[in-house]
Amino acid sequence: MAKRSAPEVNAGSMADIAFLLLIFFLVTTTIETDRGISRKLPPIPVEDIVPPVIKQKNIFTVIVNRNNDLLVEDQLMDLKDLREAAVKFLDNGGGVGEEACDYCQGVRDPSSSDNPEKAIISLVNDRQTKYGTYISVQNELVGAYNFLRNREAQRLYGMDYSEMEKNFNDPNYNGNKEVLGKRVDEIQNMYPQKLSEAEPKSL
Amino acid sequence: MAKFTKKMGGELPAVNTASLPDIVFMLLFFFMVATVMRQNTLMIQNKLPFANQVEKLDKKDLVMYIYAGKPSQRYQQKYGSEARIQLNDKFAEVSDVQQFIYAEREAKREELIPYLTTALKVDVETNMGLVSDIKQELRKAEALKINYTTRIGDVNKN
Repeated sequence: MAKRSAPEVNAGSMADIAFLLLIFFLVTTTIETDRGISRKLPPIPVEDIVPPVIKQKNIFTVIVNRNNDLLVEDQLMDLKDLREAAVKFLDNGGGVGEEACDYCQGVRDPSSSDNPEKAIISLVNDRQTKYGTYISVQNELVGAYNFLRNREAQRLYGMDYSEMEKNFNDPNYNGNKEVLGKRVDEIQNMYPQKLSEAEPKSL
Repeated sequence: MAKFTKKMGGELPAVNTASLPDIVFMLLFFFMVATVMRQNTLMIQNKLPFANQVEKLDKKDLVMYIYAGKPSQRYQQKYGSEARIQLNDKFAEVSDVQQFIYAEREAKREELIPYLTTALKVDVETNMGLVSDIKQELRKAEALKINYTTRIGDVNKN
């Protein structure tokens, strides 16, 4: 038998197959960036420092129990009302004289917070509280701060605070960063995030 | 002279596409190698909670990840169904967190250390007790910048 030369495999469709795979990988892989709520933990206190006395009216207590119920200022509350209540407390501006708050738009109730700088939100959890609930509460409280900061930023500079912050952190931003940084700081100081978290206890 | 005139009037030769597969394969391998699907193999259930007041967490090299949640189905026989911490592909105890932070810091350039953030990827169903324990350890290790990684959505879905 005469030895026949093996026919060459047609490789014309190879490119198509490879393209198909390439497109599959291009489409399916997402280079994702994580997002989340940023917080700063308090450093461990030095033993012999006496904590400053804080007036009860400047503290907004939020307690979450093991059944994920919310107790805000000794009253049961739904999660959806929390943001509004926090805004009302922070923006109260009930102080007089040196403690007065000239930019607050709240009701100036003397039995609520003096000014946003003094107002502290205290969050207490149970060890059995679900993490999801905790994040929801955190989200609402941060939302309250963001709402007030956005409002002031709009009033003073006609721009949202979140946008200012975004631009400030953007290395490609081509505006005046120094001025922007000062403004961001200013708004932050108007409504400083004072969120204290107690060690969880079994309520 | 006759040699050249012979070719005249012929059709245009087709472009040689024999190397096209090679080029495409090169691209394919590049994408296959360069894209990282996930940094750690998750051994826990990790359904993140929803939130909408979120900040972006870029600069991946400045982030340390701590996972927590119930062990996945296939590990439940061995490790039980109690929520646990996962650090770098391994289950860990609360007391390992500090050591992990120090090890991560060691691997980073010194000038970057103050910018390190700890991302907590914790399952929705986890109890706050475990999260607080982790936070307490982070305070001890002075890793104070943290980020609760969430999905974007309404909090009512939590």
